Amino acid sequence: MATTAEGFDIHTDDHAHDADHKPSFFVRWFMSTNHKDIGTLYLIFAIFAGIIGGAISGVMRMELAEPGIQYLQWWVEFMGGEPSVSANFHMWNVFITAHGLIMVFFMVMPAMIGGFGNWFVPLMIGAPDMAFPRMNNISFWLTIAGFCSLMFSMFVPGGIGGNGAGVGWTVYAPLSTTGSAGPAVDFAIFSLHLAGAGSILGATNFITTILNMRAPGMTLHKMPLFVWSMLVTAFLLLLALPVLAAAITMLLTDRNFDTAFFNPAGGGDPVLYQHLFWFFGHPEVYIMILPGFGMISQIVATFSRKPVFGYLGMAYAMVAIGVVGFVVWAHHMYTVGMDVNMKMYFTAATMVIAVPTGVKIFSWIATMWGGSIEFKSPMVWALGFIFLFTVGGVTGVYLANGGIDDVVHDTYFVVAHFHYVLSMGAVFSLFAAFYYWFPKMSGRWHSEFLSHVHFWVFFVGVNIIFFPQHFLGWQGMPRRYPDYTEAYAYWNEISSLGYAVMAFSMLIFFVNIGYALVAGRKAEGNYWGEGATTLEWTLSSPPPFHQFETLPVIEDHHDYHDHMPSKT
Amino acid sequence: MSSTTAIDQKNARVGILAFMGAVAMLGLGYAAVPLYDLFCRATGFGGTTQVASETDAQIAERIAASAGGVTRSIRFDASIAGDMPWTFRPRQTTDTVQIGVRDMAIYTARNDGDEPVTGTATFNVEPQQAGKYFNKIQCFCFTEQTLQPGQEVQMPVLYFVDPAILEDENAKDIEQITLSYTFHRAIAPES
Repeated sequence: MATTAEGFDIHTDDHAHDADHKPSFFVRWFMSTNHKDIGTLYLIFAIFAGIIGGAISGVMRMELAEPGIQYLQWWVEFMGGEPSVSANFHMWNVFITAHGLIMVFFMVMPAMIGGFGNWFVPLMIGAPDMAFPRMNNISFWLTIAGFCSLMFSMFVPGGIGGNGAGVGWTVYAPLSTTGSAGPAVDFAIFSLHLAGAGSILGATNFITTILNMRAPGMTLHKMPLFVWSMLVTAFLLLLALPVLAAAITMLLTDRNFDTAFFNPAGGGDPVLYQHLFWFFGHPEVYIMILPGFGMISQIVATFSRKPVFGYLGMAYAMVAIGVVGFVVWAHHMYTVGMDVNMKMYFTAATMVIAVPTGVKIFSWIATMWGGSIEFKSPMVWALGFIFLFTVGGVTGVYLANGGIDDVVHDTYFVVAHFHYVLSMGAVFSLFAAFYYWFPKMSGRWHSEFLSHVHFWVFFVGVNIIFFPQHFLGWQGMPRRYPDYTEAYAYWNEISSLGYAVMAFSMLIFFVNIGYALVAGRKAEGNYWGEGATTLEWTLSSPPPFHQFETLPVIEDHHDYHDHMPSKT
Repeated sequence: MSSTTAIDQKNARVGILAFMGAVAMLGLGYAAVPLYDLFCRATGFGGTTQVASETDAQIAERIAASAGGVTRSIRFDASIAGDMPWTFRPRQTTDTVQIGVRDMAIYTARNDGDEPVTGTATFNVEPQQAGKYFNKIQCFCFTEQTLQPGQEVQMPVLYFVDPAILEDENAKDIEQITLSYTFHRAIAPES
């Protein structure tokens, strides 16, 4: 055994009596400063929010299963309103708003960044905890407060049609200013302020942790790719979210204090809001997917038993995606009126992003090439990710074209595109990471069989939901309407059937977690074996409450892939 | 535990720097408001028209004289915000002007309500790439207008089309430019 590796070997129970001293239940979970506990809280919260956001999409798919208005009046009554055409339609707007905001800010971001980021960034860089443990706690509770504010907005008046904010996740002015009287939109905006503040603090924390707290010898170019992905994500959060904060604060003052940032009557311009929103919004989509890229890199390398192909290319591809992601925002607003030169610039700049993204896709494939591949559940989810994210990427290149976007702007083609990259891209990477690290986090095994079944049912389900939406979009079906003509009935019915399949797969997921927690077999320290070579695999499962009291040392013979202690 | 405090200090420094970065971006978000306004005025983005002086107009006229009297059709459009009790329309729907030559258009506004209303007009031109070349020497839209109940006023716009439009690849083929105004109720001046 190497001389420096005393705290480096698998921690055993006899070692745990000092490292594993845990505070009482309330102090541990409500005043937590431990990165692993906060990560767990984030994951539980993300699953909870995901259930609500997913249930809302179920309500929407039910309504869209056939033409006409079937269920909206029931929901209006259920929420205590008086059904009418405008009330029903407003209810619909409230659903799409809640679904979008919950999934973006309270499911994907907390799971990716708050959950897996908190759990595994310190473990992978060999740090005892995050740089600012108490601020970490503040970030979490700000996110919770934001979620409560959003939920509360659904029960206060929001405009002509009844309760709730019906403005879409983009909160465009003037619908969100002069178009929505009542406090609901204020609460929704406030919820974004809170969640945004939490994320900015979290980003500060991650940047400091990654820059300052790496184990001795772990240079930036020896960091695992997941840590790289979190570093880039944290910078994107830090630079993009304040712009959103500025924009929505202007909305608030336009709504309540008679300013006219976005009101033409006072010399403002609603299009300015769109520019500000998308200056945040486009980096935001990379914030949601980059951590997924990092997870997929770890998983593909582990189950191919090979270092990732083109490590530096992979790391700097993410940096490039992050940088270029800041100068392409107007491709979300080709139809506001732009001259052909601007469209050309934004089309070209957007397509440039396909290059580093392609580097990543091909490097994952090259990693698998000639590898000793094991199809464990995380690997299967990762393969699903690579395939489906690429499908979403291809439609993304379509949509990058200003000319094509003029035709399919705000149609279901766009909906299909961003669900392929998010509900398949981001969510597949989340499930891959979940099955990869769940035994590490909980100390107990999920059922690999159920995980595979979950994968196949989910894969079939989401594709049945979203693939037909490409057809609907090309046929001209617009987004954000609860009703449509008979012509769109066929594929909508199929899409709604797909939702049922997907929902069933989630049942399998919850049964699997339940099984693992109740009867799961105990997981050892490095349960994936030879291919898993980053520092979290040197610890027990679950890791001790405080890890790395003696810092691990990354020595010269360690590269970016293998951080395991030397064998004598 | 001096090493612990050293890392804490280092962390605090990086943390504060990062946080300052976030605050700077917040500031940039607000700075975008005047910058965007400036950008639109300077480039005619979104069909923002230009303000010209008497001298500019004379120069333009001389340049245009050498261009050989090319004409463009100008269409006039008028609308009001939903809560304006005014009737607002152009006296002529279209007009044909020589490029570079000054022309005057007259709009009529009448207050149909029973109390005085102060209005302010927003404006742009379509197609938007013509904004850069549409110069106003005088316009009622530069100031607020107050109309007493029943009062009707004639409001002139003195404008010309910049001969430079003939040299712009994206704008030289435009045959008709629509000048549009919308009257809003003026927001009470900020105290």
